[in-house]
Amino acid sequence: MTVTLQIDGKEVKARAGMTILEAAREAGMEIPALCYHDKLEPYGACRICSVEVERKGRVRIVVSCGYPVEEGLVVRTRSPRIDRIRKVLIELIAPTTMVDGEVSGEIKKLAKEYGADIHRFESRFRAATTRCILCGKCVRYCAEVVGEHAIGFVGRGIERRAVFFPEEARACLTCQACFNLCPTGKIPSETDFVVFDGFSIDDYLSGKS
Amino acid sequence: MSSKRLSSAEELEELRKEILAKRDPAKPVITICTGTACQTYGSLKIYQAFADEIKKQGLEGSAVEARPTGCHGFCEQGPVVVIFPQEICYVQVKLEDVPEIVTRTLGRGEVIERLLYEDPVTGERIAKDPEIPFYKNQMRLVFGNNRHINPRDIDDYIALGGYAALSRALFQMTPERVLEEIKKSNLRGRGGGGFPTGIKWETTRNAPGEPKYVVVNCDEGDPGAYMDRSIMEGNPHGVLEGLIIGAHAIGSHEGFIYVRQEYPIAYENTIQAIKQAEEWGCLGENILGSGFDFEVRVHRGAGAFVSGESTALMSAIEGKVGEPKLKYIHTAVSGIKGRPSCLNNVETWANVPLIINKGADWFRSIGTDGSKGTKIFSLVGKVNNTGLVEVPMGMTLRQLIYDIGGGIPHGKKFKAVQTGGPSGGVIPEQHLDTPIDFDELTKLGSMMGSGGTVVMDEDTCMVDTARYFISFCCEESCGKCIPCREGLRMLREILTDICEGKGQEGDIKAIEDIAEVMQDASLCALGTTAANPALSTLRYFRDEYEAHIKEKCCPAKACKALTSYYIDPEKCTACRICFRNCPTEAIHGEKNIVHWIEQEKCIKCNSCFEVCPPRFSAVRRISGEPLPPPPAPGTEVIREKKR
Repeated sequence: MTVTLQIDGKEVKARAGMTILEAAREAGMEIPALCYHDKLEPYGACRICSVEVERKGRVRIVVSCGYPVEEGLVVRTRSPRIDRIRKVLIELIAPTTMVDGEVSGEIKKLAKEYGADIHRFESRFRAATTRCILCGKCVRYCAEVVGEHAIGFVGRGIERRAVFFPEEARACLTCQACFNLCPTGKIPSETDFVVFDGFSIDDYLSGKS
Repeated sequence: MSSKRLSSAEELEELRKEILAKRDPAKPVITICTGTACQTYGSLKIYQAFADEIKKQGLEGSAVEARPTGCHGFCEQGPVVVIFPQEICYVQVKLEDVPEIVTRTLGRGEVIERLLYEDPVTGERIAKDPEIPFYKNQMRLVFGNNRHINPRDIDDYIALGGYAALSRALFQMTPERVLEEIKKSNLRGRGGGGFPTGIKWETTRNAPGEPKYVVVNCDEGDPGAYMDRSIMEGNPHGVLEGLIIGAHAIGSHEGFIYVRQEYPIAYENTIQAIKQAEEWGCLGENILGSGFDFEVRVHRGAGAFVSGESTALMSAIEGKVGEPKLKYIHTAVSGIKGRPSCLNNVETWANVPLIINKGADWFRSIGTDGSKGTKIFSLVGKVNNTGLVEVPMGMTLRQLIYDIGGGIPHGKKFKAVQTGGPSGGVIPEQHLDTPIDFDELTKLGSMMGSGGTVVMDEDTCMVDTARYFISFCCEESCGKCIPCREGLRMLREILTDICEGKGQEGDIKAIEDIAEVMQDASLCALGTTAANPALSTLRYFRDEYEAHIKEKCCPAKACKALTSYYIDPEKCTACRICFRNCPTEAIHGEKNIVHWIEQEKCIKCNSCFEVCPPRFSAVRRISGEPLPPPPAPGTEVIREKKR
């Protein structure tokens, strides 16, 4: 079954059950996202892909990676409210991912696009710079696609961390699928076989764990 | 309790008659509150002492009964003991009072004056609990039975008409009729959201997929709130009966009661209630012989506030991490294991038997246009009578705080009341005549929430209040989505800085930016509402924020970093009281010599300020202005006659 919706003024046809993000991308329109991956279940953690949807005159903000398309839905992927969400979210995560006063990769691109001041909250950020924004792509890819659980979350709230579970890491040496998923480049930069906070796959394989 | 499965409505009524026949209404029953609060005062030992004393004085059996009950509500005055049928209420009862109560009150019918509640305003002693102002102005429909029921004994519940509503729903009403009645009553969710209960039930009932689940949310965790705990502890059958009726209306045969880890008594009493209800045939297979089957399991939480959110709670029940899920389909349609799951809060379920017994029209006659029935609040903070209160919707906040709560202690001025817990906001003096109503409180930038009501006086700093609630959420956020995790982290840092005198130009704008993005973009209701305490304090007390940031002044003189203590040399009489009470020996002075505070040693504990006799009022708190120099060494006290 197809449904017709409107994205940024353009009519878009989509299959029922698709999300707004999928429909937009299929129609060649880009909605930024940090935790979305086409092989993974929608997760909705980064909130960067937030869009405005209008139905029966009522406007709501939803995340496009999880909201299913509906007939007649009017979607706005940019608006002052949406732009502000993206700007402030980038400003909030910038200090976490900053190296030598600069952010990189996708974050840098988004900061430029939305006019985010990456130093806005820097002086107030007193935690360790982990370079991880907890998008969970590595964790979820490992579980959902690879079928392993070598990476997982521990802790709650601001204590939340993605960690490596060596005893579950049977496939890591040959798999390495998570290396290219990381939106901040944390994993690739550390994977000259150093994985997560000073612990390397070599350590694991040589029994130092 | 003899055990025999009831297999018809008639058998339930016969059992009720049997129980009542054995109970002489004139027989003295002494009820001892054994809710969590009174238990911490040792009320279980007091109950045991009553039981022993009654035996010792040969009154056991038919003459007198001692009964441990759930929370009566007047926690401020615990342990609370009420003697029926006279309804004599003794407060702050101690172990050593027990023999005297048995001998004098139970034995000779005398009232022991010293144990009665004393009205703090009039000084009058009040003997009967319905006449105590705290109780008098309440309407205790859901909560009132607590003081009559031993929660571990189903007979007490049945004696008060328990399970009659279930019997009525099963035998005299179709599921559709029950649903209609709940819809018509306009009962709204007591957990905070205020969603119409009947519509939620109908959604689950009509949703495709089997089995359907019904769930009790007892993961109450707002700071200072314990309404659900007291219902679950004190009257578990009331909740259970509501749940079974709901299951019948919805077409569910399986239910869960999610009890938070921190509520051990609620957990134990619920388990016991389920066991007894099953033994009597009020739960399990073929309930009361009606052919309706329903079983319920208790799920014990693991200590996460966020698990009170519906998708997180259902994840926890599934055995996963209690973390909210991305969902645009309501849990009423797709909840536990993707099945339709109807989740209601404890208090909501407990209202159901009342509505079935007395009818939707009766229920609708109480309250306001948009909010029907009563609401239980836990009234805490700077208020004379703290405790649990149940009032009809539409009562004003002023009546709640002054008529029931007895006003603000120590003659201080009221400043604000925080409702709705960490998702709510503060309501200042000018809105105290607002009626308690879901929509009215939302309009003020706060919310009804589950019923936590924290009263604050003039000594409370509003920036510090926001900082407290934001810190609470910061620790309780699951950390999954960026706006909630990073937004709360940054709000906490900014608010802490402001309270410590390190506020910067632009901080208010930053708070508003972050708060609004959290509201717009967070994954679950914890995140979308977590910034409310900051936004509502800004809305009503923006000048306090500005004073902190620009003048480094805490107008309430509560933020330690911005407040100094100073002894006025002209008022000090060298009475030595502050000197003796200072824990850090920061106060210097001797007899007849004016005292002074060594600022480097002062930890701003407020002791000197509190102990300085009001007739001298020599200790001053100074914020936002320079501290006067200490008196010259050896300055002598100016005596009254010399002045």
